[in-house]
Amino acid sequence: MSRFASADHLPANGSEPGTVSAWGLLRLRQQLEQGLPLVPRPYFALAERTGLSEQEVMNAITQWQNDGLIKRFGLVVKHRTLGYTANAMVVWNVPDGQVQALGQAMAGVPFITLCYQRPRRLPDWPYNLFCMIHGTNRERVLAQLDSLIADYNLQQIQHAVLFSNKAYRQRGGRYASHD
Amino acid sequence: MRLDHTDQQLINHFQRHLPVSERPYLDMARQLGISEQEVIERLQSLQSRDVVGRVGPVFEHSQAGASLLAAVAAPEDQMDLVAARINRAPGVNHNYAREHTYNLWFVMTAPDNELLEEHLDELEQELKLPMLRLPMVEGYHIDLGFDIDWEALL
Repeated sequence: MSRFASADHLPANGSEPGTVSAWGLLRLRQQLEQGLPLVPRPYFALAERTGLSEQEVMNAITQWQNDGLIKRFGLVVKHRTLGYTANAMVVWNVPDGQVQALGQAMAGVPFITLCYQRPRRLPDWPYNLFCMIHGTNRERVLAQLDSLIADYNLQQIQHAVLFSNKAYRQRGGRYASHD
Repeated sequence: MRLDHTDQQLINHFQRHLPVSERPYLDMARQLGISEQEVIERLQSLQSRDVVGRVGPVFEHSQAGASLLAAVAAPEDQMDLVAARINRAPGVNHNYAREHTYNLWFVMTAPDNELLEEHLDELEQELKLPMLRLPMVEGYHIDLGFDIDWEALL
């Protein structure tokens, strides 16, 4: 069971740790995956659906943010609708000894929106570093990539650019709720 | 899609830290100089126009459960069909066509790794296509929120 269902790290509402219903917290997580209700008192609405108190709901969300279980909490923008239609996943075959340093450097580049290390799958897939560039058009993204290669001396690093041309699905992760 | 200034402000200010208070939309309204009702209506409108998927948390995958990026190489003329099959598998939350031999890329989530592998095994058997499984080794930059360059969208 994940930490979301565990109540023991949640001092809520002045009560002893462990008294917040684990079941209620799991329900809260399921509800939150659907989004915050658009009513004047959304946390009260969540409380009614989960059997927790409004204060317990707010405490749990605050605690999950502090713990890093919720990495951000707000509007989840669909960039494609806005006009960010050029989305390139750029993958690199970086020598193992350099991948961490390069990943950390790329993470600080403003136009790079995601950056991960992943395993190679030889012989089909030699790439171990992934970064995402979201842009308004293909030319702009390719120009940003050129500047990245020049700035970080990546000319010798094998890479591939995978533009996405269609989104079949784009939604938030649902770990606790059923499809 | 063109958004007015207030919609842009909503997106600029509230991608990361929504107020956690009894009346969060009222707090947001005061910051923007509009009414609580207008904040709610604008959020509804942004959602109905598919600009905003939802208002809420983005969970840290590694702590929230199991998730994995996978890719399959589908025959070009069967991409829509294969994509639909992938979407029917449990826990698929992203699924994109990309320009590569591995042309369908998706993220599958599950409560734990065991279930995730099970679901991927089932999907792989159903699709009968080569599948790459690419778990995250390390994330260097994983916050999905980023500053919108409104000028570039004009």
